[in-house]
Amino acid sequence: MKAAPFAYHRPDTVADAVALLGEYGDDAKILAGGQSLVPMLAMRLTHFENLVDISRVDELRNIDLRRDGRESRENTVWIGAGTPHALVGMDDEVAESVPLLNLSTPHIGHFQIRTRGTLGGAIAHADPAAEYAAVALALDATIEAVSPQGRRQIPASGFFTGLWETALAVDEILTAVGFPVWSGRCGFAVQEFTRRHGDFAIAGATVAVELDDQDMVTRCGIGLLGLGSTPERGTPAEEAIVGRPVTDITAEELGRLALSGLQYVPADLQGTAFYRTRVGATMVARAWTEATTEALHA
Amino acid sequence: MHELPVQVSVNGRRYGATVEPRLTLADYLREKCGLTGTHLGCEHGACGACTVLLDGQAVRSCLIFAVQADGQDVTTVEGIADSDGALSVVQAAMRDCHGLQCGFCTPGFVTSITALLRDNPTPTDEEIREGLSGNFCRCTGYQGIVNAVKKAAESLR
Repeated sequence: MKAAPFAYHRPDTVADAVALLGEYGDDAKILAGGQSLVPMLAMRLTHFENLVDISRVDELRNIDLRRDGRESRENTVWIGAGTPHALVGMDDEVAESVPLLNLSTPHIGHFQIRTRGTLGGAIAHADPAAEYAAVALALDATIEAVSPQGRRQIPASGFFTGLWETALAVDEILTAVGFPVWSGRCGFAVQEFTRRHGDFAIAGATVAVELDDQDMVTRCGIGLLGLGSTPERGTPAEEAIVGRPVTDITAEELGRLALSGLQYVPADLQGTAFYRTRVGATMVARAWTEATTEALHA
Repeated sequence: MHELPVQVSVNGRRYGATVEPRLTLADYLREKCGLTGTHLGCEHGACGACTVLLDGQAVRSCLIFAVQADGQDVTTVEGIADSDGALSVVQAAMRDCHGLQCGFCTPGFVTSITALLRDNPTPTDEEIREGLSGNFCRCTGYQGIVNAVKKAAESLR
């Protein structure tokens, strides 16, 4: 259980890190918190000639509320990619503005993992069971990346392209993620089913819902985890309920709808695809009930 | 592969060695510093036996390369007791409550609980269990360890 030899680089700035990626291309990998990459290296599931350690790039560690527009609903919380889960989970601004991040943090590994693992690392690693990735999908987050060609923004909906694969180019670094602030009459919930706390979820759901004064659903985002080769989104359920009274569809039916669009549900020793689909629908139903109850009382 | 110099302060004492980048902090502590109290169970971040404090934060020393910790402060289980050898409150509570049997996992529990109670001096039962969930013990059944955390929290109050 030891990693194969590699060369180690520790740049101090994003520009230096990007330059190293430009130089080594496919032979280099960004090392952020290392809580997924290092085990994969130790188990020899992967190998890179060069590791570029960004854990001391200070410009990547920040949480920043940007008021993008005149309306509060146009605000975005930008979180630097190098911000550890532990800081995301205890940040008051995050808890107030993007409750889904705050609610999902305790589900990520254990506290000794969250001190080291980073938000950007989790999203760039793109594990299908990654909580922050499911939150990014549910809220239509924006992913910011920098390469030698410059800076660009990628919508979360187009970011996750396959198992542990993303839209990032080999010479590109994920630098920040912008989470839209839902500030109306909203509710949020995260539900996961795991054999032990901190394990990868067998199935899970992150739900954000916004209601108007007549209890009509004006916005709804459902992120699904552990239910595909990437984090997924429960689009059919969202489309069915938006514009209708919140009580029009039962939680059970909404859960079933959320899973109905999935092309592929994984099967492994923890369960068949059928079992995962059933568990996933139940997680959506529970999260939906919790989120709508909160919104109705908001 | 090109070796790099790594200097860390461990339990207040400076150590230095030139090592391969792939050497984990856990192996650095055990092999270069001679501090074998940090135990290695799974070596992929699941069991928690290798937990140390890095700049005060509880981390898996098997999931950090020693080169990454260059210039930083590490506290291992050897640095938890007083310099005169008197057990810390957490260590004493682990002994009093039968929080260990074979002792293999104990260093990781002691460092984790030390960080846990520093950050949350009055944990609920649920918070204690959540806080211990990242450390495996295959002897005790955890009850003694949970009691030790409660006792240590009371003693520290």
